[in-house]
Amino acid sequence: MIPFSYSRASTLSDANLQLSAKIASSSFEKGEDKVQAEVQPIAGGTNLADLMKLNVMQPHELVDINQLRLQPDIKAVSSNEENLVLSAFATMSEIANNEIILRDYPMIAQSLQLAASQQIRNMATIGGNILQRTRCAYFRDISFSQCNKRSPGSGCAAITGDSRALAILGTSQDCIATHPGDFSQSMAALEATVTISGKNAKRTIPFSALHKMPGSSPNIETILQPDELIVSLNIPAKPWARRSIYLKIRDRASYAFALTSAAVALDISEGTIKNARIALGGVGTVPWRSIDAEQALKNKVPNDQNFKIAAEAAFKSAKTTEKNAFKLELGKQTLIRALTQVAAMEI
Amino acid sequence: MENVAAPQPKDNMGQPVPRVDGILKVTGGARYPADIKIENPAYGYLVTSSIARGQISNIDTSDALELPGIIDVITYHDFSGQIEKPLMMGGEGGAGYAGSTSRPLHSSKISYDGQIIALVLAETFEAAREAAHIVQVTYKAETPSATLGSDGLKIQAATVVKKSHEDPKVGDAEKAFLEAEFKIDKTYTTPVEHHNPIELFSTSCVWNGAELTVYEPSQTSHGLKFGLAQQLGIDPGNIRVISQYIGGAFGSKGAITERTAIVALAAKKTNRPVKLVISRAQGFSASSYRAETHHRVALSATKDGKLTSLIHEGLELTSRDDAYFVGGTDATSRMYACPNILTKVTIVRADRKTPGFMRAPAEVPYMYALESAMDEMAEKIGMDPVEFRRNNDTMKEPIKGLEYTSRSLMKCYDEAAASFGWDKRNKEPGKMRRGEWLVGHGCATSCYPTLMAPASVRVTFKIDGTALVETAAQDVGTGTYTILAQLAAEQLGIAINKVTVLLGDTKLPPSPVSGGSNVTASVCTALLEACNNLKSKLGNNSGGNLEAQLQKANLKEMDGFAETVAPGAPKAGIDMLHKGVSAIDGGAKLKDRIQFSFGAQFIEVEVHSLTNEIRVPRMVGAFAAGRIMNPRTSRSQLLGGMIGGLGSALLEITEVEKSSARYVNKNLADYEIPVNSDVQQLEIILVSETDTKINPLGIKGLGELGIVGTAAAVSNAVYNATGKRVRSLPIRIDDLIA
Repeated sequence: MIPFSYSRASTLSDANLQLSAKIASSSFEKGEDKVQAEVQPIAGGTNLADLMKLNVMQPHELVDINQLRLQPDIKAVSSNEENLVLSAFATMSEIANNEIILRDYPMIAQSLQLAASQQIRNMATIGGNILQRTRCAYFRDISFSQCNKRSPGSGCAAITGDSRALAILGTSQDCIATHPGDFSQSMAALEATVTISGKNAKRTIPFSALHKMPGSSPNIETILQPDELIVSLNIPAKPWARRSIYLKIRDRASYAFALTSAAVALDISEGTIKNARIALGGVGTVPWRSIDAEQALKNKVPNDQNFKIAAEAAFKSAKTTEKNAFKLELGKQTLIRALTQVAAMEI
Repeated sequence: MENVAAPQPKDNMGQPVPRVDGILKVTGGARYPADIKIENPAYGYLVTSSIARGQISNIDTSDALELPGIIDVITYHDFSGQIEKPLMMGGEGGAGYAGSTSRPLHSSKISYDGQIIALVLAETFEAAREAAHIVQVTYKAETPSATLGSDGLKIQAATVVKKSHEDPKVGDAEKAFLEAEFKIDKTYTTPVEHHNPIELFSTSCVWNGAELTVYEPSQTSHGLKFGLAQQLGIDPGNIRVISQYIGGAFGSKGAITERTAIVALAAKKTNRPVKLVISRAQGFSASSYRAETHHRVALSATKDGKLTSLIHEGLELTSRDDAYFVGGTDATSRMYACPNILTKVTIVRADRKTPGFMRAPAEVPYMYALESAMDEMAEKIGMDPVEFRRNNDTMKEPIKGLEYTSRSLMKCYDEAAASFGWDKRNKEPGKMRRGEWLVGHGCATSCYPTLMAPASVRVTFKIDGTALVETAAQDVGTGTYTILAQLAAEQLGIAINKVTVLLGDTKLPPSPVSGGSNVTASVCTALLEACNNLKSKLGNNSGGNLEAQLQKANLKEMDGFAETVAPGAPKAGIDMLHKGVSAIDGGAKLKDRIQFSFGAQFIEVEVHSLTNEIRVPRMVGAFAAGRIMNPRTSRSQLLGGMIGGLGSALLEITEVEKSSARYVNKNLADYEIPVNSDVQQLEIILVSETDTKINPLGIKGLGELGIVGTAAAVSNAVYNATGKRVRSLPIRIDDLIA
């Protein structure tokens, strides 16, 4: 681990100011990948500290933003008839255990409960969670020289290597690293927006615009600028939210990343699906909302046959390797199982 | 309410005494070797190779040396020729200590992925790690042979690799198989596995003049002492090894590894104590591993369920330079009555580190193959798999016709089957369901050879009514401290809390390696005799009050010492014991008898009808292993064994990249082992058994028994649930989904 300096921010504006001042005096150049910048905010540290020990990330300066959630104006969860607002500085367990979430947004609660371990959920914030980096072994182990995400232009060892856990949607010839998150899938499915604060201004973007697909520059993972912080996630209160689940498939029963997962919400009335909201985990390079699958279900009867059509639609652009080919069928079955389960929910 | 953790003793079982070191362990009072504070240490961090075969063409340490706090970066330029080639433990001719003859830091040659190529020493661990990351290494790489089936392998018969190896056979199995009406002929495969004990590999070395103290978690403190002396060319009398608590080992801490001599020499070079704790990822190459295996098992049987032929051909992987392999046909050829048996073990040499002992090294892969085949054969003739095994049960092993000293296999089957509810099983695959989940039941046999080695123990009784037991045996977490205290208390007629047991220090009388499940039988035999010697020195053979005896003789204390070997074993084993070599013998290797522990495992799996993930709601294992010293620690060993077996069945695999012969998933997120929620109901039944032939106390040992057969029972249950035979471990969603 490279020695680093550490400072603590007390408020959001303090954090933005510290970040932008430190970045201005660092060697960072605009357009570089934010997550490799020499200045990094740190919250729970459950991902960043790991990657620093592995020498995958080498920030020289850390700005601790853990104090921010103690500010009186920051509330972990607030909701009204139109919106659910989650503070990005809240911990995963705070959100997972919130009564409103448990009652009205079961998908969100489940996507957090099924992730990591209780100890990690107590430390990790949801803002950090949606920015967590891939578990691709070639990215995390610097003794493998090839990784376009870690060292741009070096090549991708994963495509011909051990790719069992890696992505089949949104891949490129330069990277097939999976976005590892669960909670991100619920944000993608529920059409969240993200409020971002920089030194000078706040902006709000759709969640779907936050992450960038690898393309030819897999080192650039989000549209965030290095002085920016995610402040909140805003989820529109829609009729499908209550009829929603997060189904996660993995080799062991707990404490494992998803091989496949499905975040599914249905608005069913009079025996017809008025609207569907679907995101798929474990299979995409970014949180993967499947508008194709949603459209395949719109105004359709919730039955096996239509679920199968939706599953086919969801994976029609999939590209597999020899080792992760099983994810194609598994991903479809996961979605069918989730749709079946959610359609049968008593609400 | 009954305490399931402390089963009530049946016939020939001791009391379920809680671990005497339990409170120390849960309160942090037990000092594991890396916990022991040493003065002014230099902290080590390894640099390891990122190729599996070739040469180092340049190793540039200049950047690393410039970092603040760096003391030294040691490479082969520093240590070449200074560490003798290690002698293999269990190698031809006996006296060895090492798991591999690999000599890192001797030359520029790279023989496997993760080989040590430099040791960084720094004032802090963090500085050492940072420097290790910037040591610049360039290689002249050659294309390695990675695994079974790769190009460029050297393939040899096991009998060529190791002259002492025999391929057991009897009758004419090929002919019988050819002529048989009912037969199966299948191939089964097992993957690379790593032990991954929670305690990382560590070594601390402190020199005081010519004297060296080594703190290292070791399954053989004396083996480490003598092995290190051999490698350093120094007098073993100058080395003391301390290994009082060990946080899991499973074989990975059995033989001396490359790191110990390097750390010792580094401490000498820098004139400072050196402490090295190896990272989880580097730990995948720091010691050994269970190598991948392929098996051909061909069985034939009569319609009424008698085996007529058994053919077991094993294919194993080892390194280019060493002769290590497991050869599990010793066990599989002797499990069942069968007139025609043919076995053959073939060894493949690849560009990999030498594999080594991992929990029931031979029996786990070989019994997985045999017990899977037994299930297929039973199905072929339409017979219940338990009844099929009953039909072929025997008190005489079929190769040489030797009598089993005891064998309670069917008693284990019957007790486990009754508790499991085997009679409710639908033998037709895919017929049992629980909602969306397919349900399947399977069973398999567990076995483990009863092994013993020479051991020595000193016991001292003191006038204050306390006793001290001293032996260098290790407690690898299994309960050795506890059972020795129990036995001493019982023999001396005092309460267990009056007994202190000292282990894991070469200042103590030597004891064997904690391997092959031999320590309980070996060390208890010596302790029993030491207690008898003590009592007879006091003239009290008939029991009674030892304190009164001491007072009468006007003595403050009296000791008893014993060095023992297994019944019938040569006394020469004691000389080897004093050189740090464990002359382990038993199982199927004896001339006049065969001795094994047995068990039966029943497992229920659920397989999701759409997504195919496999969950295990119920496991029941019944085991008979002679005298049970402590039902609580025994149950715990068997519980852990079956959970390990569950891992090997469904989760554990080290991914070897075919192009590079490198391990990919070197962390505990990607190398999966079961977590709590994977283990639902798990019942251990201790079956009462008495064996009067193996040793005076009738102890068989059971540390490694529980993991044998689990994978086959799971696999057989998956078949019963789904109708799919997956003949390759681990069984995962990939194997079941269409």
